[in-house]
Amino acid sequence: MAVKDYLRERYFPHMWCPGCGHGTILNSLIRAVEELGLDKNEIVMTSGIGCSARISGYVDFHSLHTMHGRALACATGVKLSKPELTVLVPMGDGDALAIGGNHFIHAARRNIDMTAIVMNNRIYGMTGGQFSPLSGPGVKATTAPYLTIDSNFDVVELAAAAGATFVARSTAYHAKEATGYLKKAILHKGFSVVEILSQCPTHYGRKNKEGDAVSMLDFQKTNTAALGSKALEKNPSLTPRGIFVEKDRPEYCAEYDKIIDYAMKETR
Amino acid sequence: MAKKKLKEHFINRDWCKGCGICVSFCPKQVLELDRHDKVVAPRPQACICCHLCEIRCPDLAIEIIVETEEKEEDHGE
Amino acid sequence: MGNNIRFVQGNEACVEGAIYAGLEFYAGYPITPSTEIAEVLSKRLPEKGGKFIQMEDEIASMCAIIGASLTGKKVMTATSGPGFSLKQEAIGYACMTEIPCVIANVQRGGPSTGNPTHVSQGDINQARWGTHGDHAIIALTASNHQDVFALTVDAFNMAETYRTPVVLLFDEAIGHMREKLVIPEEGALDIVDRLRTSLGKGVDYHPYLPREDGRLPMSDFGGEHRYNVTGLFHDMWGFPSNNPKTVSELLRHLVDKIENNVQSITRYKEHFLDDAEYIFISYGSAARSAIHLAKERRAKGEKIGILELQSIWPFPTELVREKCVNAKAVLVVEMNMGQVMAQVKAAVKKPNRVFLANRIDGKLVTPADIKKLLRVIQGRGV
Repeated sequence: MAVKDYLRERYFPHMWCPGCGHGTILNSLIRAVEELGLDKNEIVMTSGIGCSARISGYVDFHSLHTMHGRALACATGVKLSKPELTVLVPMGDGDALAIGGNHFIHAARRNIDMTAIVMNNRIYGMTGGQFSPLSGPGVKATTAPYLTIDSNFDVVELAAAAGATFVARSTAYHAKEATGYLKKAILHKGFSVVEILSQCPTHYGRKNKEGDAVSMLDFQKTNTAALGSKALEKNPSLTPRGIFVEKDRPEYCAEYDKIIDYAMKETR
Repeated sequence: MAKKKLKEHFINRDWCKGCGICVSFCPKQVLELDRHDKVVAPRPQACICCHLCEIRCPDLAIEIIVETEEKEEDHGE
Repeated sequence: MGNNIRFVQGNEACVEGAIYAGLEFYAGYPITPSTEIAEVLSKRLPEKGGKFIQMEDEIASMCAIIGASLTGKKVMTATSGPGFSLKQEAIGYACMTEIPCVIANVQRGGPSTGNPTHVSQGDINQARWGTHGDHAIIALTASNHQDVFALTVDAFNMAETYRTPVVLLFDEAIGHMREKLVIPEEGALDIVDRLRTSLGKGVDYHPYLPREDGRLPMSDFGGEHRYNVTGLFHDMWGFPSNNPKTVSELLRHLVDKIENNVQSITRYKEHFLDDAEYIFISYGSAARSAIHLAKERRAKGEKIGILELQSIWPFPTELVREKCVNAKAVLVVEMNMGQVMAQVKAAVKKPNRVFLANRIDGKLVTPADIKKLLRVIQGRGV
């Protein structure tokens, strides 16, 4: 099946700005789905609100565009109710870690089998460029004209601490690598988190003098390094890319099925 | 394994937003933006079919169509 | 025959009604005085192969049932005041996306943390307008456990018929008191099943294009038809649209599908209304006191009648106007500051003859409370 078969072509060109990293993430994601040979009817994509969340309208899967921050909560209902479905949950900074933060840690705690894709562009793009819990200090944004003082979450560490059993990080620049991690994340039976650093040239890039999409992608290349690489060893302040957690732990829906078996036996 | 041979660059001008990512990161400088800020391929003979433009394009506007395997074997004989 | 007679709390009567109606998925969070609904279902649902999950908060619970409903299941959540406030955004989402679901609100003293273990009927207007934007909603209520069961089944049926969230406005007194419940035989009450599209594979399915009869067949997530569901205004495929014609048509559809069907949705009971001079209008546990007093006075020959509302929204305006047209006075008996009274005043011909017999201190309004007001109205002094 060609990659374009996974798109709702009637709605293209999409609403993202020229050079938006989210477009590349969409690209990486559908390649992952295609390479895995998944059946479109078995995929449900749930998203929240924001530029990231718009991705669900462009894919030819069952798509659920919900409320800000609530993608994982809705996805939990979908998955627990029909565990045979493959559930993908792309989210932006706020969806995943601000208003959605509580649902993020609980989904990870439950180790419910779904793939959370954190499309981290360090900004709230849709609403015009406010800072997010992933912006970090010293960033200019419309609600931080004198620069941010807020520290940022480390998505990988937070996901791991909350109990996610597959955690990876890549970037829009490293699109092929991202596809590889997304494939593993989708196949992994448990709560998977793939953080993909993305660029928002329109708001973040302009306000913080990071240039256009090309130079922002260049930053993704030069400011990150693969886990275990010499570059990371030489300069530990670079953001590491790779698979940070990959382990097995009882999965929520499978455990609940055991409860059902037991309850039905007990009351026969 | 024979080297991939380019058949054509399939470019969707309706979808392309002229961001320049494919142009800047092409290892062989095959691509350019025309005067309408849409990508064109003035040097297709230099293309090594790495597909990086296709994989990175945020608009899914460019596709590298390669020659099929059989045709390549014909050429090899 | 004897093993379908139970002596249960109202909360459990609601559970039995939900199970009878075909509930298969429940997500909830504990909150007094509704917690028993979650507790009983955490045991009953897996015994029947259904799924129960205690989510991390009220909002997540509402979101989870929305997701589950789209996979084709009948779903419910339960809460009380503070949780009902939290759920409003998601309830509005379910209205906009036309997703069938049932939300039980076992009302307690409010506002805020209020009076967790005491009764009130303070969330009437919130059930109607708690979520933002123009929208319609169905809210049902009951004054005894047999009706709690029946109205819960009704709630699921209406959720499926009109593709809408339905609120069950119970209250703490009903929720916690114990009373006899007779569980009907299978087939005794009508059950409305999920209406699914008959369109086959490969045929373009429009999730938001009403049939000629106004109904919207659904398609389960995981099935043959892939479509988009969004809280944005949307076209018939579910893709976002802010085209003015699309927006106004969709909004009118969302409101009209319920408001235009008020007669089919209305549920009520009446006693002694034909020649009534004084009419009590009441609902929920307050109605028990009103019914008690009405029966007592009738036995003495006084022309007192009672209209017990079992559907609050859409408000049965025509019904109230019709029933009260010959009354000398109407007494609305409720445990809030006149939320239903305001609707009654707007409905009747003589609004200045509508009075409020209420109680807002967390205690059940009693026949004595109603008697006091009745004396004054009847001109017999205080």
